[in-house]
Amino acid sequence: MKHVLDFEKPVVNLREKIAELKKITQDSEMDLTDEISTLEERLKVLEDDIYGNLKPWERVQMARHGERPTTLDYIERLFTDFIEFHGDRLFGDDAAIVSGIAFYKDKPVTIIGHQRGKDTKENIRRNFGMPHPEGYRKALRHMKQAEKFNRPIICFIDTKGAYPGKAAEERGQSEAIARNLMEMAGLTVPIVCIVIGEGGSGGALALGVGDHIHMLENSTYSVISPEGAAALLWKDASLAKHAAETMGITSYDLKKLHVIDEIIPEPRGGAHRDVDEQAKFIDTVLSKSLKTLATYDEEELLEKRWEKYKQIGDYTNR
Amino acid sequence: MLKDIFGKRRRYASIPSEQGKMDVPEGLMQKCKGCNKIFYRKEVKKSLHVCTNCGYHHPLTAWERIDSLFDVDTFVEWDAEISSANPLNFPDYIEKLEKDQKKTGLNEGVVTGKGLIDSHPTAFAVMDSNFRMGSMGSAIGEKIARAVENARKEEIPFIIFSASGGARMQEGVLSLMQMAKTSIAIKRFSDAGGLMISVMTHPTTGGVSASFASIGDYNFAEPGALIGFAGRRIIEQTIREKLPQDFQTAEFQLKHGQLDKVIHRKEMRNTLAQLLKLHEKGGE
Ligand SMILES: [Zn+2]
Repeated sequence: MKHVLDFEKPVVNLREKIAELKKITQDSEMDLTDEISTLEERLKVLEDDIYGNLKPWERVQMARHGERPTTLDYIERLFTDFIEFHGDRLFGDDAAIVSGIAFYKDKPVTIIGHQRGKDTKENIRRNFGMPHPEGYRKALRHMKQAEKFNRPIICFIDTKGAYPGKAAEERGQSEAIARNLMEMAGLTVPIVCIVIGEGGSGGALALGVGDHIHMLENSTYSVISPEGAAALLWKDASLAKHAAETMGITSYDLKKLHVIDEIIPEPRGGAHRDVDEQAKFIDTVLSKSLKTLATYDEEELLEKRWEKYKQIGDYTNR
Repeated sequence: MLKDIFGKRRRYASIPSEQGKMDVPEGLMQKCKGCNKIFYRKEVKKSLHVCTNCGYHHPLTAWERIDSLFDVDTFVEWDAEISSANPLNFPDYIEKLEKDQKKTGLNEGVVTGKGLIDSHPTAFAVMDSNFRMGSMGSAIGEKIARAVENARKEEIPFIIFSASGGARMQEGVLSLMQMAKTSIAIKRFSDAGGLMISVMTHPTTGGVSASFASIGDYNFAEPGALIGFAGRRIIEQTIREKLPQDFQTAEFQLKHGQLDKVIHRKEMRNTLAQLLKLHEKGGE
């Protein structure tokens, strides 16, 4: 394990100790089996304690984990015959969004997702998963195509946000996001959106208007990053941890606020610990979603999509 | 035009602002934010709060805007009672809302309703940047979505004047979701053949510019208005480069193909009326 988060250090230390004792038992005459089983029991309790009650800030760190699986990791495991297509036909191709078609359980689907890199070089190529307008316009082009060929759309959300750059503004970042929100509202095919890492603001939402919205347990979805919120609200970015607790950004918060449909569990210790298992957890929820949505006719689908968003929000009459 | 504004601003900026403030007798006189020149408040009001010297468009309150556009006594307000709750139990949020309610006389940062613009019936929404900097929370999203739905049902055009610093932080992800909610309402309205006109006023940024403000059939702006997605400071920090002075102004957006037209406030009512007339169903 290359990447250990501070709060999971006790678990890692204990695991290392157990491994050490096992090695001693194996290599020498000394039998430490009893000690090992005691420690393994203690490890189980410790893991339950640490991973079973992650604090919002710890989930933020999980969502940002360097080894956390990305859109392409899930595409590889959930779909067959994936072909990626490029370009918005207007300006260029944005590697911060991948988009293409594949089979999901023998049925053609369109898959669109933010794409981070896993190392510096790839991150630079993919602009850390922060799209320009051409990324959103590519996504929209493929969504329209999905509609034409009657394919469901599956969106993976994983971005710190739309890229705050000069060129992005010049090419209409606002309009690109707004257009996606509006057009996704009217697509006559089922849309399932799954937040797999960070769901950052409008840049996330631009792939996020759908019939079912799910979140991986340790992913986050927020109007602004905890650091940004802390700087804006309290003029102190170091209060990010506090902001993460106050702003309600975890999957549990969003479920409680009636924004998302389901929380997809993660393997103990986070999605990166077992990507295959994580893909299976996604598979279960995704297939259920698509099955449900397939029973609606077009009119029903759009009406339910509107009803879903119509109820989001909290206000009073006074 | 834009060059003029900035040129003049520099020329008059020699009065230190603190001293300038003290020179202005409260109530009677008002200083232009563009050129620092001092005017009689009465005079400023007559010119719709546009500086007669430099053309600077000072923000209008929601009701000043309504008065500037609608035929006298035709505007009927909708959903005035809707105001924000505190879904995240955010500390001090209610106090801040109450303070701005007292300051503006509004329940929330948007007024919606319908009335006649040069005899054309129109559904309308106008944001007021004096209320929590026009930030969009659940109450604003709800009021706008309802106004658009009303326009769809009554088969009348919908005009919205935006003025917003973006999302309402204190409502977290619920404020983000108002972008989706309003956009879906507009899609339904648009699919039903409805005409939507968006006018962006100073400032229209963040979640508001990235949702309803940018998806009108026509997107307009007032001169000099700040319009953009990300904030100037964040962009400068990200790209480590100083941005040009006119970055994200209405004129900049026009130049980059993001707006249909920049409209001077004194032309606004006539332009809207003309556009409404051009979209009236013929032969009836
Ligand atoms: Zn002036």
